[in-house]
Amino acid sequence: MYSTWAAAYDKATGVAVAYASIGSGGGIAQIQAGTVNFGQSDTGMTPTDLAAAKDGPILQIPLMLGAVVPAYNLPGIASGLKFTGNVLGEIYAGKIKTWNDSALKSLNPGVALPSEPIAVVHRSDGSGTTGIWTDYLTKESPTWVSALGGASKSAAQTVAWPVGIGGKGNEGVSAAVSQTKNSLGYVTADYAIAQHITYGQVQNKSGNFIEPCVPSLIPAVDGVTFPPSLNTSLTDGSNPDVYPITGTTYALIYQHQTSKATAASLINFFAWVLTQGQDMTAKLTYAPLGGALQKLSFAQLKKITVNGQALAK
Amino acid sequence: MTVLLAIVMAATLAVLAWVLVYVAAQGLKYLNLAFLTQTPPGNPAQPGGGFANGIVGSLIIVGLATLMSVPTGVTAAVAIVEYGGRFAAATSFVTDVLVGIPSIVTGAFVYALWVTTFGFSGLAGSIALALVMLPLIIRTTAEMLRLVPVALREASAALGVSRARTIVSVVLPSAMAGITTGVMLAVARAMGETAPLLLTALGNDLFMETNPTQRMSTLSLQIFGNAVTGFQAAQGRAWAGALTLILIVLVLTIAARLIGRRVAAARS
Amino acid sequence: MTAPVTTPAAATGAGQLRRRRGYGDRMFRAAVFAAAGIVLLVLLGTGLFLAKEAWPALRHYGPLSFITSDRWAPSNATATGTHPNPYGILQFVYGTVLTSLIGMVIAVPVAVAVALFITDVAPSWLRRPLSYLVDLLAAIPSVVYGFWGIFALIPALYPIANFLISTLGNVPGIGIVFAGPFFGVSYFTAGIVLSIMVLPIVTAICREVFATAPADEKEAALALGTTRWEMLRMAVLPRSRSGITGAAILGLGRAIGETIAVTMVIGNSVLAISTSIFAQGATMASVIANEFTEATEPFHLPSLFVVAFWLLIISLIVNAAGKLVVRRARSDIA
Repeated sequence: MYSTWAAAYDKATGVAVAYASIGSGGGIAQIQAGTVNFGQSDTGMTPTDLAAAKDGPILQIPLMLGAVVPAYNLPGIASGLKFTGNVLGEIYAGKIKTWNDSALKSLNPGVALPSEPIAVVHRSDGSGTTGIWTDYLTKESPTWVSALGGASKSAAQTVAWPVGIGGKGNEGVSAAVSQTKNSLGYVTADYAIAQHITYGQVQNKSGNFIEPCVPSLIPAVDGVTFPPSLNTSLTDGSNPDVYPITGTTYALIYQHQTSKATAASLINFFAWVLTQGQDMTAKLTYAPLGGALQKLSFAQLKKITVNGQALAK
Repeated sequence: MTVLLAIVMAATLAVLAWVLVYVAAQGLKYLNLAFLTQTPPGNPAQPGGGFANGIVGSLIIVGLATLMSVPTGVTAAVAIVEYGGRFAAATSFVTDVLVGIPSIVTGAFVYALWVTTFGFSGLAGSIALALVMLPLIIRTTAEMLRLVPVALREASAALGVSRARTIVSVVLPSAMAGITTGVMLAVARAMGETAPLLLTALGNDLFMETNPTQRMSTLSLQIFGNAVTGFQAAQGRAWAGALTLILIVLVLTIAARLIGRRVAAARS
Repeated sequence: MTAPVTTPAAATGAGQLRRRRGYGDRMFRAAVFAAAGIVLLVLLGTGLFLAKEAWPALRHYGPLSFITSDRWAPSNATATGTHPNPYGILQFVYGTVLTSLIGMVIAVPVAVAVALFITDVAPSWLRRPLSYLVDLLAAIPSVVYGFWGIFALIPALYPIANFLISTLGNVPGIGIVFAGPFFGVSYFTAGIVLSIMVLPIVTAICREVFATAPADEKEAALALGTTRWEMLRMAVLPRSRSGITGAAILGLGRAIGETIAVTMVIGNSVLAISTSIFAQGATMASVIANEFTEATEPFHLPSLFVVAFWLLIISLIVNAAGKLVVRRARSDIA
């Protein structure tokens, strides 16, 4: 998504924004060390992360809503296979080992699931996508929580995966899924769609099986109270039509900038992203923030100061 | 039984052919002028574009590495062969040891030595590659220097030429073809290296970077980065890159061999 | 012919070469020894800097815990916790040993066969071209091998792996080593790729060793009416045993350090040791390459330096041992 924004922004204003796709763990590390102007993460920064930031407080600015989908490679089986959070947790804990396990069969009665073992794929790098996925598994699957040794260890950007193949980045996971028959992995929706990988539906808290698509992401913010840092979990929403594995992408920017030019470019770019950029999200299966969250994001942007002085806009 | 040996030989050649033909077949589908002159499209799923930034980066980083390692390597080889002694013998032993160090370990060393202070950069990558090339160059240069007839050195000394002048004007020039061979092989090796660059130059898949104090991409890094994605378009670019890299390495290797043979023939 | 003479050294009698130490000579000599010194510094520096970066983790957890801990789980690391050590490196040593072993088990017999063919069976005009072709295998970059491995080799390995799983996988005892399922990326695949990559170096040394077997012994055997193969078995192979061993050890040294091709086909599963060769795993080199730039947990990067340090030591020992054996074999044989 960033590359689409960067290309469009460049066309609109002539300003080039360089973005390197590394996991959110790396993104957080680099902003902590001050080696980049802005970082990006699909999960917010923990208080420990924030404390480790070199140049002062960091603003976390939600930019859009995104879905993490269960993507699989089953020859002959189309998109739409049904999963529940608990089943996904058991697969990733290594308890459900084959595709024709009774749990999967009962969720998908008409489908000819093979008796093959499931090739589980996960991220090998620190990732906000992992953060969202494991946050959801922790809420819905006690098997997952106990396999990882407790809720403090089972929901994070990196976890000690009991089973599976490690792929680097969303690209690596989607590559592993496309190349390995009978595999199951988790990626953000845009990767699954761009690479024509089949992905499934997940049962939400109200009991409905929901396909991850733009309309099903928007209700994720319903009823959520955002703390001042805007860092909160959006998974397992209560709306009956919501897709349960949803999160927001945060831009990470230091609140106290030292260069007026940098601060101005940052504010201009992200203001553009929060307005014109929102209209581009749907094409890549991301959802716009919606009015309330958009206002909160703008409020965060306004907090940026240069050498003590606020740059109002 | 000898038939079995012949079969094994044929199987080995078959594997070589398999690798080269497969890479060529995949790469030719995507190799074109645009590939060699353009940078990748911002969106990896988009076809088209190319690895121009990686190719330029490889030339710069390997070029700098060659500039760093050749003078040092040749001079160290001179120490080993022309000056002898215990110190030189130790150097020869250490060189042999350095040849066996995994290049990822060299990369970690350069990270600790340079990147922690100065950040990721093409220059750090060059230092790492120079350290990989150095023992190779010392070894082949020493071999070539040893082949220069002693009589040549003695004649030069008898004419009253200083040791230094002898080495520079007599010994080195006569070993030059062989030394060039060694350097070319070391360059071919450096072009193919990926692991140490992951930890030093870091890579830059997005745009052309010619400033070695910034992070840079190389052909090998770009192939690696694009090969492990699931995007068909990116993988296609990676195949074209792999074919390009193999061609460069093969040309250097075969040319070095041809020069080496001419040296050996001239000598005998 | 008169050459310009500027020092009294030339006035000494014929046959006496006195070394002149002019200013230029002294500077040159200093430069030459400085270059040699750099080489020594590089080796020392590598060891020292790796140890320095690894030190924080070694001090925090204690050096022994890296080998006694049974899992590598960076996400379990906290800034203050010291026990259990979440950075156990045993499975990487295991992965390195296993993949290299598979590589050597395949590469050594093949290398011996190819070397024998080149030196003693093939007509002499074929010797150089065949040697060049085998050496070409060494010129192919690691990343290309990895890429080819994923798309060309793995699909071809599926039937072989499934065959081994269905036969050897059911044998009691060794069955767990050959247990399925096979997902393509595995220790086994990495081992096969390694065997191709180390083949050239083992073959080259074996070729050298076989070529120095005395011709008269070979001719004597043939004159007695042995077949070619019997001659090789009697006159060439027995005396080449230590040379082949040395070649194998040097090939092992090369396999240990191979990084990129391995990381592309081994599956990158880092938690704990997996017993089946068809399971995913990681090696010391591959985990460093994979996790280095994203090592953000407490003590993660220093622990990776612990891995790098041990990789350095192990490869130094293996390569030194290999060189020693080959050198002794060379002096034995001729």
